[in-house]
Amino acid sequence: MSDTPLLSIRDLSVSFRQGAQETLAVDRISFDIARGETVALVGESGSGKSVSALSVLRLLPYPAASHPSGEILYNGVDILAADEATQRKVRGNEISMIFQEPMTSLNPLHTIERQVGEVLKLHRGMSDKAARERTLELLEQVGIRDPEKRLDSFPHQLSGGQRQRVMIAMALANEPDLLIADEPTTALDVTVQAQILELLADLRRKKSMSMLFITHDLGIVRKVADRVCVMTDGKIVESGPTEEIFTNPQHAYTRHLIEAEPKGRPPRADANAETVMKGDEIKVWFPVKKGLLRRTVDYIKGVDGVDVTVRAGQTLGVVGESGSGKTTLGLALARMIGSEGHIHFSGNEIDHLSFRQMRPYRHDLQVVFQDPYGSLSPRMSVAEIIEEGLRIHEPGLSADERDAMVVDVLKEVDLDPDSRFRYPHEFSGGQRQRIAIARAMVLKPRFVMLDEPTSALDMSVQAQVVDLLRDLQKRHNLAYLFISHDLKVVRALANEVIVMRAGKVVEAGPAEQIFDAPQTDYTRALIAAAFNIEATPGGVVSE
Amino acid sequence: MSDIQVQSEVAAARRPGRRPWLSPINRRRWQNFCANRRGYWSLWIFLILFVLSLFAEFLANDKPILAYYKGEVLFPVLVDYPEEKFGGFLAVTDYRDPIISEEIAANGWVVWPPIRYSYRTVNNEIPEAAPAKPSWMYSKEERCGRYLHGVDDPACTPGNWNWLGTDDQARDVLSRVIYGFRISVLFGLILTGASALIGVSAGAIQGYFGGWTDLLFQRFIEIWSSIPVLYLILIIAAVLPPGFFILLGIMLLFSWVAFVGVVRAEFLRARNFEYVSAARALGVSNRTIIFRHLLPNAMVATLTFLPFILNGSITTLTSLDFLGFGLPPGSPSLGELLRQGQRNLNAPWLGIAGFLSLSIMLSLLIFIGEAVRDAFDPRKTFK
Repeated sequence: MSDTPLLSIRDLSVSFRQGAQETLAVDRISFDIARGETVALVGESGSGKSVSALSVLRLLPYPAASHPSGEILYNGVDILAADEATQRKVRGNEISMIFQEPMTSLNPLHTIERQVGEVLKLHRGMSDKAARERTLELLEQVGIRDPEKRLDSFPHQLSGGQRQRVMIAMALANEPDLLIADEPTTALDVTVQAQILELLADLRRKKSMSMLFITHDLGIVRKVADRVCVMTDGKIVESGPTEEIFTNPQHAYTRHLIEAEPKGRPPRADANAETVMKGDEIKVWFPVKKGLLRRTVDYIKGVDGVDVTVRAGQTLGVVGESGSGKTTLGLALARMIGSEGHIHFSGNEIDHLSFRQMRPYRHDLQVVFQDPYGSLSPRMSVAEIIEEGLRIHEPGLSADERDAMVVDVLKEVDLDPDSRFRYPHEFSGGQRQRIAIARAMVLKPRFVMLDEPTSALDMSVQAQVVDLLRDLQKRHNLAYLFISHDLKVVRALANEVIVMRAGKVVEAGPAEQIFDAPQTDYTRALIAAAFNIEATPGGVVSE
Repeated sequence: MSDIQVQSEVAAARRPGRRPWLSPINRRRWQNFCANRRGYWSLWIFLILFVLSLFAEFLANDKPILAYYKGEVLFPVLVDYPEEKFGGFLAVTDYRDPIISEEIAANGWVVWPPIRYSYRTVNNEIPEAAPAKPSWMYSKEERCGRYLHGVDDPACTPGNWNWLGTDDQARDVLSRVIYGFRISVLFGLILTGASALIGVSAGAIQGYFGGWTDLLFQRFIEIWSSIPVLYLILIIAAVLPPGFFILLGIMLLFSWVAFVGVVRAEFLRARNFEYVSAARALGVSNRTIIFRHLLPNAMVATLTFLPFILNGSITTLTSLDFLGFGLPPGSPSLGELLRQGQRNLNAPWLGIAGFLSLSIMLSLLIFIGEAVRDAFDPRKTFK
């Protein structure tokens, strides 16, 4: 018994059918997971890794999805051929799963106690009292502080990391033999990611679970996995023990993944360059209103007295955990939300201008958003998206002139100009982010606010986008305000860095100084999490 | 649809430098629509019926389409010729009058529509007291009995048949069904279009601006929609003479509310989308954001709703006509036909004709509506 693997996938294929078209998402993959082993499935988005994992639990949208070939043997039994009752027994009981998005994986209308208890009652037939005790125990195991108080909380009252911990508690409730983790940390801050990974490794040791870990981040793989399978285009191109893959990668694609880290360093900071954007004592306070008369009783200080200076041709990196006020600061500087304090842009004071009065300045002041899937209107073609700004700021241009500018800017961001009549959904995440950058660049701005432009992208694509941004900066002498929680990316791009926490600046200075000689524990924790995926104990960072 | 065809379509869409006629998303929707065969055929049948009914004057009329009289080509359908032209004395020619038709036949020829009755033409030659049975239920002798020359009368032709009988005022039922269908569909379309226009704008403003605008508008709508519409129409009908546009106006006052909820919800959801923020960061005005970025989102919900609102409008008009508070007396209306059927149970062809034409029209529209809903369902897959 001990030498048969816990899970054995043989020649598995998955295909999706839409209309008359049939797409093969997974093409005859095979791998084994032994008891107590962690196998990582690595690949970029669209490589079929999540689909492979979902088919283990048969969670794909059947009958649109089908398995033309292959078998999934769990303890020697083929799950694909098993009847619904057997599957349900396995699903959630012997194999459980954690999903990527902790925001949407929990039912917003149920308390934590009910969510976790449901699994116990369903599979174990526990009474209310027993389920409550077990829930408490589980919450303690996954490192939630004051679990008794949290029992009656609703998901929106928890932070992202806490929610992911609850998800893990639910997955562990029935002591599964196999845990499938589908990018469990991608939606989390780097600091929280480190904590969650530590928790998973810890639990695995204690319970001798097997784990199938799906990720696009090779740094994580090195940290958690015993063996690695590298997937691309639905095929496993290379697999083997983790150390071997990292030290001696055989396949070109594996090498490409390993090398794909944001690299390079920005040019040295030049304190004499012209100041493009300057903010003094920026404050964004959100009022907390209470009572019948909605009187303001308190403020949530989103940004609390921050000074920033961004110079032409240089990048100011803004780092910090989520909720530290980075994006709020960026939006305030771009005058997308109201704020107090003086904002000077190109020497003009812009903090008192109305939306209409701001319009001439928007020509030179551009924003690139985080999510390339959300920031492009799905109903407009690429050309329409890019030329929208031109229509407003340069109404004198003819259609042909606009088209020529669109073609130029697409070439500049390394996209095929012929693709401008296509729609965003036909592009990959990285290509979409290039389109979003092209939309900002077509107006030839002086200042660009980049709000986490790489965090929704795959590792290898992140590196390409960073290179592109640096290239554009050099060519057009652009000033960037670069907001990110990922210090790897910031290091590759920023000349100066400010570190934010709870709306305030904790540390500020030239990038080398911040990275090489951090002054505060908080900055040190951020750096440890980003570069070594190490969690810092002691409540320096949020959980 | 064959694979090759799909591939060539995809290739056409991919061809660089040229904008495809339909965006890929709309192409997929059209394919989904066609995949619902029932809805697809319903759409064609309905379109054919509707286009035919738009030309009702050329299908069922008491005036010839074309006449040739003493070397002159006449278009009686389009032009009112005085009877003097044919030697009579009335201001408007009655072409069904045997004297006139004999006069024209002697000096030229006429082309009649397939049905020689308009919706208000009274047939004076029905074989028995109105309502008369469909003509094909009588023998030839009975059918032609009231004509001047009996069986040999040239006017006793299929063109003068009452294919679905006559109503209690001796008017041709088929002709009234054709005109009634047209007026019902037109009423429904105009009402739906106008209420969509008002409802979508109201919903868009509420959803986009939110806050107090939304709050006050919502309370107003709650009060407004609690007014019992039918009673209000009854009261207004007692004061104002009910006509097509007055009815339309009254019903429009209330029917636009149906759209507000969905559109408002879509706008509330979409106004925080990143691409809307991105547009705002570019300096795009509120107006443009609403029209270019947000409205397309709301249109899916609206279009899905549209056929059902259209059906509701037609049903309301029919029920008002049935109660006698609808279109003015004498207008061709399906509701009035149903009322005649109810009053003349001895003449089942009235009720049956009214029932069939209404149920076929409403069913076709519902089938189309189902297909539209399928077309806009992003998760729909067909085996």
